[in-house]
Amino acid sequence: MSDTQLKSATILTVRGLTKSFGATQALKGVDLTLAPGEVLALIGENGAGKSTLMKVLSGAHSADSGEMTLDGAPYRPSGPLHARGLGVCMIYQELALATHLSAMENILLGIEPTWGPFMNWRETRAVARRALDEVGLSGLDPAAIVGALSIAEQQLVEIARAVAVGCKVLVLDEPTSSLTQKDVQALFALVRRLRAKGVAIVYISHALEEIEALCDRFTVMRDGETVGQGKVGDVAVSRIIAMMVGREVADLYPRSPRLASDPILEIRALAGQKFPKSAGFVLRRGEVIGIAGLIGSGRTETLRALFGLDPVSSGEIRIHGKPTKPAGPGVRWAQGLGLVSEDRKTEGLAQNLSIAENLTLSKLEGLGPWRFVRPSLQNAAAEPWIKAFPIKCQDGGQPVEALSGGNQQKVAIARLLHHDCDVLLLDEPTRGIDVGSKAQIYAWIDKLALGDPSTGKAPKAVLVVSSYLPELLGICDRIAVMSRGVLGEAKPVASWTEHSLMLAATGQDQRV
Amino acid sequence: MSQPTASAPLVSGIKNSSRVVAVLGRLAALAAVYAFFAFLTPGSKGFMSDANTQLMLQDIAVVAMAAIGMTIIIIAGGIDLSAGSSIALAMITTAYVLNLGPADAKLVLAHPTLLPLLAVGAAIAVSVLIGFINGALVTWLRIVPFIITLGTMQMARGLAKLVANEQNIYPPEAVQDLWIARLLDPSKTVLTWPFLPVAVWLVIGAAILTALFLRYTRLGRHIFALGSNEKTAVLCGVPVNRTKILVYMIGGLFSGLAGVLFFARLGSIGQPTEAIGYELFVIAAAVIGGASLLGGRGTILGTMIGALIITILRNGGVKMGWPQYTQEIVMGAVIIIAVAIDNLRTARKS
Repeated sequence: MSDTQLKSATILTVRGLTKSFGATQALKGVDLTLAPGEVLALIGENGAGKSTLMKVLSGAHSADSGEMTLDGAPYRPSGPLHARGLGVCMIYQELALATHLSAMENILLGIEPTWGPFMNWRETRAVARRALDEVGLSGLDPAAIVGALSIAEQQLVEIARAVAVGCKVLVLDEPTSSLTQKDVQALFALVRRLRAKGVAIVYISHALEEIEALCDRFTVMRDGETVGQGKVGDVAVSRIIAMMVGREVADLYPRSPRLASDPILEIRALAGQKFPKSAGFVLRRGEVIGIAGLIGSGRTETLRALFGLDPVSSGEIRIHGKPTKPAGPGVRWAQGLGLVSEDRKTEGLAQNLSIAENLTLSKLEGLGPWRFVRPSLQNAAAEPWIKAFPIKCQDGGQPVEALSGGNQQKVAIARLLHHDCDVLLLDEPTRGIDVGSKAQIYAWIDKLALGDPSTGKAPKAVLVVSSYLPELLGICDRIAVMSRGVLGEAKPVASWTEHSLMLAATGQDQRV
Repeated sequence: MSQPTASAPLVSGIKNSSRVVAVLGRLAALAAVYAFFAFLTPGSKGFMSDANTQLMLQDIAVVAMAAIGMTIIIIAGGIDLSAGSSIALAMITTAYVLNLGPADAKLVLAHPTLLPLLAVGAAIAVSVLIGFINGALVTWLRIVPFIITLGTMQMARGLAKLVANEQNIYPPEAVQDLWIARLLDPSKTVLTWPFLPVAVWLVIGAAILTALFLRYTRLGRHIFALGSNEKTAVLCGVPVNRTKILVYMIGGLFSGLAGVLFFARLGSIGQPTEAIGYELFVIAAAVIGGASLLGGRGTILGTMIGALIITILRNGGVKMGWPQYTQEIVMGAVIIIAVAIDNLRTARKS
């Protein structure tokens, strides 16, 4: 391709972009080109500067230096509304919708068609109808209240908002992080349709499989710089990971040969109020069991009922071979169980409290005489885990909210290690975190399940709920699949493939 | 209990240096407010006069005592709008017990030591009960504390009027000479032992104990966790319902103590219509002191400075001869400015 051709085939260019927040330089020089009708994957670890770059693109932040052009003209958006008017739209991971308003009000928010001071509802409805049809929500009433829609539908409504203004550049930030497999496919189809219409799409994701399936080119960011780019398919995945983390990752999924011993957690026909309908398994020391299944199939509810966060309506739970009644989290912790919530922001961690405070919260016993707690002992208790994991932070006194997602997740898991739990219940332990942190968490799961005879550390038992099948296949000894509230038998990992897991999750396997 | 060493990072969400800055900033604001009034109303009848200082100490004791309890509740993510009514109810209860007996032979004359103790005990019991009701309703009915305490605010006020038969209660003259009436006795202040009214020492002691309690006990750490993120607290096995009820009971305890002080402050009279809207001063003291109404953040030291600022503003406004409306406008502005500065400071850091 010659230079002139390249120029005409470019809609957005970014050259030498920098941006600082106080002493922190978030962007140190970013270069990017984007052509109409292509999907560019933007990848990088958390904190690499992707979000800042996107905020500069969408006008939420202004750059310190560097230049951007849109359609050949200098592009300096004064704010998100300005950027949107020029055809640059962002879909953030956390959707920006007014949940009490209808779909059409959301789609035309800020650009409502009016007659003088009055809303032109007929026009509003017509524009919304066209946009909804275009994103594949032809069955949705434009007057439907957004809060009542599923997450996937809400996301489509937000994309419809971009479509309604005729967007030329669409940025999707981790769009699949809370979607089911089926919705992901629908989203991919939509992205491909938009691409065919000439929309340029920036697709931010941690899931390299998605990028391989959907994207044309990729750009890798690390430490505020673009460190590599290429055509998807030309470059090996391991090479892309190496670019992201800045070093080679030898084995993402370590699984040492380990020996499962005595049963430590047994549940039989466990049922909650709605979900699970029936869940049963035997988890042994030195074993990692995975639970696969669609979002909403009752996996999280199984863990919550087991841990006493949700009511149990029937079923049997045995811990260390002894039957135990349904009980609250306090009792479960005391019995040696520990749970990492799927939602570290609103449940897993107290965001404005310190790392040490979060890490020791379930077990303040022993950190002072009688019922007292000594802050210095709290810090001392957290310190070894911060070092061993390692958790990237200034010190244990730093509030959790200042950490990246991956490091926050490590704090949530370290809580179970401080507690010295025998059974670790991990719900989506690596969702939305960077590859480097993922690798560390996988290594820890392996280490815990293996135990360490030299220090007398007995092997632990780990239960992992995950929607990310490569991870389950990579780290588990056995996998069980949950479908519509019923948990299937936990079978050895070797007997599963991604395909067979998917079939079981959607209930297709039983129809054959 | 040992003090944390200077080098150890503090475990409380906010880091060492920024804590120091926060305290210094508040002290500077306090000094500025004090200097402002001292400068503008000089002389023997002015702001700095002994008489006025004594008056302010009395007011500070009441606000600060109640604000200690409010701070704990706010840190736990709650609010207590019934504090002012609880103070009034505790005051009425104190007066009522001291006034027991037939008109010519009041019990207090026969038991000058025992009856005041009983009166204080009854006042505290009643306000702790109000606190228990607050906490229990918040946890059992799962209704936000704003609504629950809005309700109990009315109920406690009504109860105070009922007990007082809608009149002021005047215990016998002799009560004036008893310790309970002299808790805020200003005659011994400044240069003679104990330098400050006994109640002020009580407040200082209570503040120190509460600050230590919040930082160095399991319950204290649970209160912060509960206020910061209730779901996390549940997940970590914190007995959340019990902790909440305890928090409101502790809040009630401090309202009760403040009510006893208010009784002494008014010259040993029980007035059922006093302390109306007092909860707003108390909440303002905590908020100026850096407590977050979202929970999880707040310090007793900050609240004490906040209580001083609030009281000085109220008193100084009177000394300046400002009309009521000017005082109210200034007070409102100071509350908003204080929180705005705090927000700017924390926003810049993150």
